[in-house]
Amino acid sequence: MQETIYYSKNHEWVKIKGELAWIGISDYAQNALGDIVFVELPEPGTEFEAGDVLGVVESVKSASDIYCMVNGTVAEVNEALLEEPEKVNEDAENAWFVKMEAVILPEDHDLMDENDYRRFCEDE
Amino acid sequence: MKRTALYQKHLDLNASLTAYAGWEMPLQYSGIIAEHLAVRKAAGLFDVSHMGELMITGAAAEIFLQYLLTRDVQKLKTGRATYALMCNDQGGVLDDLLVYRLQDDKFMLVVNAANTETVSEWIKNHLQSKKWYTMLPEGADATVLFQDMSVNYALLALQGPRAREILLSLSAADLSELKPFHFILDDSLTGDPVLVSRTGYTGEDGFELYCSSEQAAMLWEKLLTEGQVYGLQPVGLGARDTLRLESGLPLYGHELDTRTTPLEAGLDRFVNLEKPFFIGRDAMMLKDAQLSARTLVAFKLRKRAVARQGCPVYIQERQAGYVTSGGYAPFLQASIGLALIARSSLPPEKKQTEGLLQNAELVNRSQISAKPVLSVEVRGKRYEADFTDLPFYNRRKKG
Repeated sequence: MQETIYYSKNHEWVKIKGELAWIGISDYAQNALGDIVFVELPEPGTEFEAGDVLGVVESVKSASDIYCMVNGTVAEVNEALLEEPEKVNEDAENAWFVKMEAVILPEDHDLMDENDYRRFCEDE
Repeated sequence: MKRTALYQKHLDLNASLTAYAGWEMPLQYSGIIAEHLAVRKAAGLFDVSHMGELMITGAAAEIFLQYLLTRDVQKLKTGRATYALMCNDQGGVLDDLLVYRLQDDKFMLVVNAANTETVSEWIKNHLQSKKWYTMLPEGADATVLFQDMSVNYALLALQGPRAREILLSLSAADLSELKPFHFILDDSLTGDPVLVSRTGYTGEDGFELYCSSEQAAMLWEKLLTEGQVYGLQPVGLGARDTLRLESGLPLYGHELDTRTTPLEAGLDRFVNLEKPFFIGRDAMMLKDAQLSARTLVAFKLRKRAVARQGCPVYIQERQAGYVTSGGYAPFLQASIGLALIARSSLPPEKKQTEGLLQNAELVNRSQISAKPVLSVEVRGKRYEADFTDLPFYNRRKKG
């Protein structure tokens, strides 16, 4: 099945594969946040709509909300990040926060593909 | 926004900059945690030139400071510095500062950047009001001059277990015997006199170096080059904050403000109530008699989370106060914080005890495996916490 990756203006990424999706924050975001010391993740089974706050990522200096970019239900959270949040700094593009199921990408989304996102970051 | 004499150096080092008290300051260079650990394990160099340097000079300078400050300045010898508080009539803290006795009749107050203006105005107004004249002996010379020298001075802090070696290797002055809170003028570092003081704000051994703004870049460069083999790293304001918190040191605007007395903030050892008068003493004598309404406590969260300033604190399910500072302590690898809480919310057996440390000990001893009485709310979620001793980190015990 094909895997598509999108980025948000808030610097999250979502990898969509059929009805499943993984959500994390971009390398640009981890770099801007600095040392990450805590992530707050939702309970599996929770339903979210695109635009809802999914969790929180705390760096030494600040706390930032993570937004959900799709409609769906939390299938799994990345428990490893609770113990080792620094993994987000080390490899942001692979350090997923949540795995979602029954995923629907809203038709009117304003997400970017990788190239557009790269240009977006250059302008930030 | 104001920039320090080292602004270009920070750009050269690729620092990320932040606005702080009207100054554009380095927040971090390599990363807050790495910089924090460098100071704990080797050494760090900070640009803290945003701090204010205020000169109080003249025959009556000592008496005037006795009027303004909580500390007994009469006991402060030339060549030494002390930590003190400047309070308003209600006993609230206007600023916490270092007083240096440069000469018998010359003092330097080092104040927080955010308060430099307020403190300067406060000093000027009191100088003019002449109310302090009542403290002067009959017929004494009442000369006191005030000068804000902040723009003329740069301030570098060299901190960490290897700070002493680094400075000794660069200086021809006899620094090996310089004791904590002592200072000397050293002209071997830049060719001009640099005030070298064995003080700091990190919980480590170290020095603070006051030099003219023109000499700052040269001194910075020299220290970084010489310090490289010792593991010296430039450190920004981000790690300055985590270092001071991990060491349990108060920060103005967090533990201290105009509505909090030094006694509430646990700083009674810096308040000489036995002095006949200083501004705020009358109010403190009243509050002291009531054991002060609030008290500062230190806590550790049982789970990883970040309890920042403003988070509500609960004791036995009742809100007791607020977090004043909190965060992740990089060396201790723990979630720590300070909170101002109502003394009445402490369990009865602890109210009678005097000091904060005794409180914490009592709680800890009676609490092993007991249900937590303390919790902190972060974004609507309660996190269990334990009282802990201050400082969180002590370099002599290594944690």
